[in-house]
Amino acid sequence: MSVSGYERAPAIADGSRPELRRHLELLWEGEGGFIGWLSTVDHKKIGIRYIVTAFAFLVIGGLEALIFRIQLAWPNTHLLTPEQYDQLFSTHGMTMIFLYAFPVLTGFSVYVWPLVIGARDLALPRLNALSYWLYLAAGIFMYAAFLVGFGPNDGWFNYVPYASRDYNGGPNMDVYALGMVLLGISTTTGAVNFVVTFLRLRCPGMSINRVPMVTWGTVTANAANIFAVPAVSLAFFELWCDRNAGTHFFTPHEGQVLLWQHLFWMFAHPWVYVIVLPAMGMVSEALPVFTRRPLVGYAAVALGTIATMVLGFGVWVHHMFATGLPPISMSFFSAASIIIVIPSAVAVFAWVATIWLGRPVFATTFLFFAGFVFLFTLAGVSGYMTASLPVDWQLTDTYFVVAHIHYVLIGINVFPVIGATYYWFPKMTGKLMDERLGRWNFWTMFLGFNLGFFPMHITGLLGMPRRIYTYADGMGWDWLNLITTLGSFVFAAGVLLFFINVVISYRRGRAAGDNPWDAPSLEWSTSSPPPPYNFAVIPTVASRYPLWEGRMPGSSRQTITQSGLVLDHGKEQIGTGPLDAQADIILKTPEDTLVPLILCLAVTAFFVGLLLHWWWLGIAGLAATGLSLVWWHWPREELGETAEPENA
Amino acid sequence: MRPLRARYGLYAPAMAGLLFAGPAFAQAPLTYLTSNGPNADAIRPLTWALIAVSVIVCLIIGGLVLAGVFRRPGLALPEPGSPMEVGPEGGGLSWLWIGVGLSSVVLVASIVWTVAVLAHIARPPAKPDTHIEVTAHQWWWQVNYVADDPALDFETANEIHIPVGRPVAFKLIGGDVIHSFWVPQLAGKTDLIPGQTNEMWLEASKPGVYRGQCAEYCGIEHAHMAFVVVAQSPEDFARWRAHQLQAPPAPTGQAARGAEEFQMHCGGCHSVSGTQSGGDLGPNLSHLMQRRTLAAGMLPNDAAHLAQWISDPQNIKPGVNMQDPKLSRAELSDVLTYLVTLQ
Amino acid sequence: MPERVQLQTRLPVGAADTRSLGWWAMIFVVFTEAALFAYLLFSYYYLAVVVPHTPGTFPLGGPLAVKLAGPNTAILLISSAFVAWAQTGIERGNKWRLVGGLGAGALLGTIFLVIQSFEWGNQKFDIPSSAYSSLYYVVTGFHMAHVLVGVLILMALTVWAAMGYFNRFRYAHIHIGALYWHFVDAVWIAIFFTFYLTPRLGLMS
Repeated sequence: MSVSGYERAPAIADGSRPELRRHLELLWEGEGGFIGWLSTVDHKKIGIRYIVTAFAFLVIGGLEALIFRIQLAWPNTHLLTPEQYDQLFSTHGMTMIFLYAFPVLTGFSVYVWPLVIGARDLALPRLNALSYWLYLAAGIFMYAAFLVGFGPNDGWFNYVPYASRDYNGGPNMDVYALGMVLLGISTTTGAVNFVVTFLRLRCPGMSINRVPMVTWGTVTANAANIFAVPAVSLAFFELWCDRNAGTHFFTPHEGQVLLWQHLFWMFAHPWVYVIVLPAMGMVSEALPVFTRRPLVGYAAVALGTIATMVLGFGVWVHHMFATGLPPISMSFFSAASIIIVIPSAVAVFAWVATIWLGRPVFATTFLFFAGFVFLFTLAGVSGYMTASLPVDWQLTDTYFVVAHIHYVLIGINVFPVIGATYYWFPKMTGKLMDERLGRWNFWTMFLGFNLGFFPMHITGLLGMPRRIYTYADGMGWDWLNLITTLGSFVFAAGVLLFFINVVISYRRGRAAGDNPWDAPSLEWSTSSPPPPYNFAVIPTVASRYPLWEGRMPGSSRQTITQSGLVLDHGKEQIGTGPLDAQADIILKTPEDTLVPLILCLAVTAFFVGLLLHWWWLGIAGLAATGLSLVWWHWPREELGETAEPENA
Repeated sequence: MRPLRARYGLYAPAMAGLLFAGPAFAQAPLTYLTSNGPNADAIRPLTWALIAVSVIVCLIIGGLVLAGVFRRPGLALPEPGSPMEVGPEGGGLSWLWIGVGLSSVVLVASIVWTVAVLAHIARPPAKPDTHIEVTAHQWWWQVNYVADDPALDFETANEIHIPVGRPVAFKLIGGDVIHSFWVPQLAGKTDLIPGQTNEMWLEASKPGVYRGQCAEYCGIEHAHMAFVVVAQSPEDFARWRAHQLQAPPAPTGQAARGAEEFQMHCGGCHSVSGTQSGGDLGPNLSHLMQRRTLAAGMLPNDAAHLAQWISDPQNIKPGVNMQDPKLSRAELSDVLTYLVTLQ
Repeated sequence: MPERVQLQTRLPVGAADTRSLGWWAMIFVVFTEAALFAYLLFSYYYLAVVVPHTPGTFPLGGPLAVKLAGPNTAILLISSAFVAWAQTGIERGNKWRLVGGLGAGALLGTIFLVIQSFEWGNQKFDIPSSAYSSLYYVVTGFHMAHVLVGVLILMALTVWAAMGYFNRFRYAHIHIGALYWHFVDAVWIAIFFTFYLTPRLGLMS
């Protein structure tokens, strides 16, 4: 068998044998009960947790919007005071952009990735747990202030000087700033995890040109986060310093007001691609299933995804077009903002061609994804319009931009996410969602969304500025605002139908079986829901569409799923090379542990200490953080981190 | 599986048609789909062209998606145990070549037109002979006319007069937080940023009253920070300008009493030229009654609204920096009588 | 088909050298921290160039003295050399070279922190004095925090090494911690260049 504890030639065997499955089940099932719930490192549980939490924030952010849409339905309304309105719209933006849009995509990726790349978990399961706890902690941290009337009130973009202590003396901005830094740690740890998983944990044979599209979308976004998130964390930290330590980063004359905007948008522009590229990847992944043919232009779409993200780092000044920067330098950013449409066009035409050349299966997922292509186009063209510098000088800060961002966020994030839920819910729960209710869900959402948000293009062209708590009559905006408010409520009803469908189907849905959609990717080769170890033996893939091999004209079945590497000397996974996915190491995976949760509490305590100026709490938090990290990284024999004990 | 009646492909253009009806934007003072000056005039056709491209693209893609979805009969959801047909890998790349190719041509053309417009509006068509400095405050506009001879400088607030047919140069100075100067019918937005001075120009080609509004979120009353640009014939403008340089007439009787009370209760923040009231925290009120609106575009300027505003500004514009002056009824009457003389 | 067959090649098991996942993770942690320092230095260069400073205020009181920072830089580079010596030591199975190198690295890192704290205490300006002072304390402060974390890592590694956890097959922890330490030293070069050298090269007012 093995020569030493340091090396081993792993066995290959048939994966259907019950004693192997029982053995793996014992190794991989986590602890039960409340402690098990707190200490799990299982990506499937953590992924669902992310999704549920993100959907909760979606609902909260949506209710905030509905409240101020009532305010805006008629001119000169005073349902809300200006301060209440400002906190509502700012918190709505913060919630949707930071606490819903990316975490929901992270949740889907955390759940789906290991299954779709033939692995048993992500690369760093404890870090995965930590990422989730930090996300939850940051969300609670930021909302705790809102619930006592100290929510952010300067928009999600938080421009100085209005965000400085001179104009905003309460704790609102400090909560937002420190909360965002805390959230940034969650985002960064998640990003590291995904990139390492992508490079090292794909199953044998899944070379770089066979990586699933959902993986391309997410890894691109996460790789970008590694470089983008520090900009906003630093911006918020510098703001906190200006407000609490008297520094002069952003003070006019001494510092520079625009430094905030540069740092913020250097992060936030890439961020808007981060919150849509994974969703686009999900569409590229599942649209082929419902058109019964592989995606057109796999390489072009994958490269287009990367190109969009890279170019996305070079356009941030288009958020600052009205700030008086030299027009010559702004023209470069304007041109880049128009050029960046090209890789998106690659994706759109790939989807259109896939639909055209395929045969549609009218499942709810397909409705959402076909509708998505149209909404994506609308979002893209409104962005194209604002990319032109002189036109943006009229469009910016009007409802035209609000229309654009909502077509992007709802059309390119929410719609694919709902469609992806219909797609992967059966895998997660073993039950199908109701198709009839799904159709009602789709049409209510689609019609409500367009009824609510399409008129905003026109409201914006008629000059209605953003972020105003009311407006005078006689401006030409009255009917449009009323229609938008009505449409928003219809859209909200559609979202409610979605949640009703989730709950009903979870309780009484039809049994799904392993592969209800006859889909090609690896997650459909295991049971629904998957066993704790995902795959009894590690598959070896030979193409992009493993389960369709032999059925696509001209292909032959070469992927092997029934037998493969048996990694059962403990919780083990196989590590493979980044390009060719050749096996090169047997990896030991950690057990469930409370350390990520404890570390999260320690870090949060530090931030609470900073917020309240309770320095003793801050220092205690730091000390606890240090101790937790030492314990986490203590060299462990069962993880293969230490010298093997000498044999007697 | 019942076939779908998909109306959505036709939905958006129908909405657009309905709402684009002419009357909708003829009465929208802040729209930039009409323009009345060479700066905004240069931007408007490009705006319409980009709208046209956008609508056409949406119709094409929407149409292709619909056609793609319906051109062959749909398949039912898979039954367990009976695998469905699967199409071949490959093919369809011509869609990408053609689609992306055509798109690139349109995109590059858009860049070219964009740069051309920028070059055109980078400088005013002639050398401006009117120079205005605007300083933005929470939530009002300080307007200083600056001439070569300092004796010809004067200050006003919230209402800007310009001569028709002549370019006007603006210096935009950040006061407290970031605001944005925007009068859509005449030009695009330029921010007023504390710590720097931005410059822009505009020109009106027709006489008229053009509305402007702050276009960068600046705090609680951002919604109520409007201003007005009045374009007049050069003769009317010269007359207006000369009048602004004169101090208002000395008040008598009740108005004189009102002037004293004004100086005591209001002079700390407001100035009136030729008097002891010299505060600079609020708008200059020297020729208050000449203005069309009060409170930065919120209220029409007449005696009744003026009385309402002075007696309870927080009720009308909650959060405004003007505190309730707490005038007795007699004092209020005196002050109003005085203010009405500030023609 | 037999129940089990063996793969022909033997694969390492566990955290083996640079094939361990922790190593790959630290590479990307280094990338993100490098980006953070890049944005910090961007703040410096942006405020230096864009804000019109009164002469003599950027840097505040003229260019910073190098009589402490220069030797301190050398101390940090030497600490990296010791850590690299420790790394090659454990690859050959030499436990005491590992412990000695790590310990020396930790000690020199601590000396760096002490000297820099002394330099902080002797500055003629406080944090809220100006934009320059804000940048000085925040940027060098971020770096000092990273050095402190690095010293704690080296100390933990020294203790674990002395306890005999590592040998010539299993030393992933060492390379991971060392990577972080070398990164912190490399970043100091960029900070030293920015704060201490660019004013002497003309970037000052």
